Amino acid sequence: MTQRTATPALPLGDDALILSHRLGEWAGNAPVLEEEVALANIALDLLGQARVLLSLAGDEDELAYLREERQFRNLQLVEQPNGDFAHTIARQLYFSTYQELLYAHLATGDGELAPLAAKAVKEVAYHRDHAEQWTLRLGDGTDESHTRMQRALDALWRFTGELFEPVEGLDTVPWPALYDRWTARITAILERATLSVPEGPQRGAWTAGGGRQGLHTEPFGRLLAEMQHLHRSHPGATW
Amino acid sequence: MTTIAPEETAREAVFDATVAADERIEPRDWMPDAYRSSLVRQIAQHAHSEIIGMQPEANWITRAPSLRRKAILMAKVQDEAGHGLYLYSAAETLGAGRDELLDKLHSGRQKYSSIFNYPTLTWADVGAIGWLVDGAAITNQVPLCRCSYGPYARAMIRVCKEESFHQRQGYELLLTLSRGTDAQHAMAQDAVNRWWWPSLMMFGPPDDESAHSAQSMAWKIKRHSNDELRQRFVDICVPQAEALGLTLPDPDLRWNEERGHWDFGPIDWAEFREVLKGNGPCNEERIGRRRRAHEEGAWVREAAAAHAARKARNAARTAGTGEATR
Repeated sequence: MTQRTATPALPLGDDALILSHRLGEWAGNAPVLEEEVALANIALDLLGQARVLLSLAGDEDELAYLREERQFRNLQLVEQPNGDFAHTIARQLYFSTYQELLYAHLATGDGELAPLAAKAVKEVAYHRDHAEQWTLRLGDGTDESHTRMQRALDALWRFTGELFEPVEGLDTVPWPALYDRWTARITAILERATLSVPEGPQRGAWTAGGGRQGLHTEPFGRLLAEMQHLHRSHPGATW
Repeated sequence: MTTIAPEETAREAVFDATVAADERIEPRDWMPDAYRSSLVRQIAQHAHSEIIGMQPEANWITRAPSLRRKAILMAKVQDEAGHGLYLYSAAETLGAGRDELLDKLHSGRQKYSSIFNYPTLTWADVGAIGWLVDGAAITNQVPLCRCSYGPYARAMIRVCKEESFHQRQGYELLLTLSRGTDAQHAMAQDAVNRWWWPSLMMFGPPDDESAHSAQSMAWKIKRHSNDELRQRFVDICVPQAEALGLTLPDPDLRWNEERGHWDFGPIDWAEFREVLKGNGPCNEERIGRRRRAHEEGAWVREAAAAHAARKARNAARTAGTGEATR
């Protein structure tokens, strides 16, 4: 297969593909019917982005179904299991805030990702709004929801430093400035939600890193096993 | 007392005339209690079927064998959640709230379509559900677009448009498998073999045994009998199966020149009754998963309600302060 593994479309496509897959696991399990629709909608947007991005890097199905774990370039954050609804919202908040800032930057350039980024940034603004609204409701809801949301934010915090490690091929992105803006946004929304910005490390100690180089966490292998098994069971078949 | 009776009669006459003229009954109109409760029962059962029906298909979202198929399947399951929303809203116009109806579903006091108590064992089942189960649902539902109750009829117009899209996608999925490798073809045939008879049962018991049919037809909630719709469905499917290159698992299936319809073999109504009673392959699992999702989501719904109440109080307080300073 002809693949352009050096293109930044691959890591960004993998982020969208894997997060979409995780959100797809919510189907039939959401806490309220409106969230069945909303989570599926976000998953579909991300899958649409993944298909465009992976097609820039090669054949979308070969890339999704026939690569090994060590060949995926996604952030470790997006592969983390759904956990309870608060964990899913914390993951969405961290990731969609990052993705919106990154795509807004890419949309202004003239690189090959600019057209996709310009379209996707509008979708992602909705994903971020959805995550913020739920962060407010859960943070400023009941004692239980506050505790659960804080726990989720804390648990996923160590996966957020990786978001700002430079991506090969995205040389124009001002990563430190992106990190500052992300931090300001997250701080503001957590304050409004009466939640605390987690204090744990984002870098050093054990924090996420290496996803962009194909190093993943244990749950990722099982995610791929499930996602790929049918496609791989029928080599060469058309679906 | 003497003034009430003529009023009641007059309202009933208006209702009867509206139905007879094929016009729509709207939420603000007077309607007989039995008409209201019959509609609530039917719409609730339909809404429950949409949300329980998400499960057998969601079972394959994480394993869909291509990204295109995954997107189609996710969109379909999302549509079903959307149909659930319109239908619960339609029931709300009759005074039956969503929470109350969900309680009845979870406690087994209201039913959902028995078809969803069968398992989706292979990827081809996703195609068979689209072609046969959605096909049967459309055959049942198209006449409901002319149902006498306005909100239900209008919801059904939208639902049917989306369902027919799903049905074509299911057919196309099966066609791809049927024309694919031997293993794919066998997978498609096996799925059709398992889903054919349960799909025929979706039209409900034979006309002479159907509990609610006659009254529903008189009220124009229902337009055709179970057996008429079942025959219509068989007549549509036989040529489609041939075009798919698949067979239907019924040795008695043959064209009847005199009737102008396909004759088909006897349906195993004992199986239908068992599944309806709760003894199908997935009854426990489907309702169990629904209850679990609801229970595990309780803290989320409580948080949303608490947050909304706090916001409303703050808004009222701000408004109150504004009033006082003026």
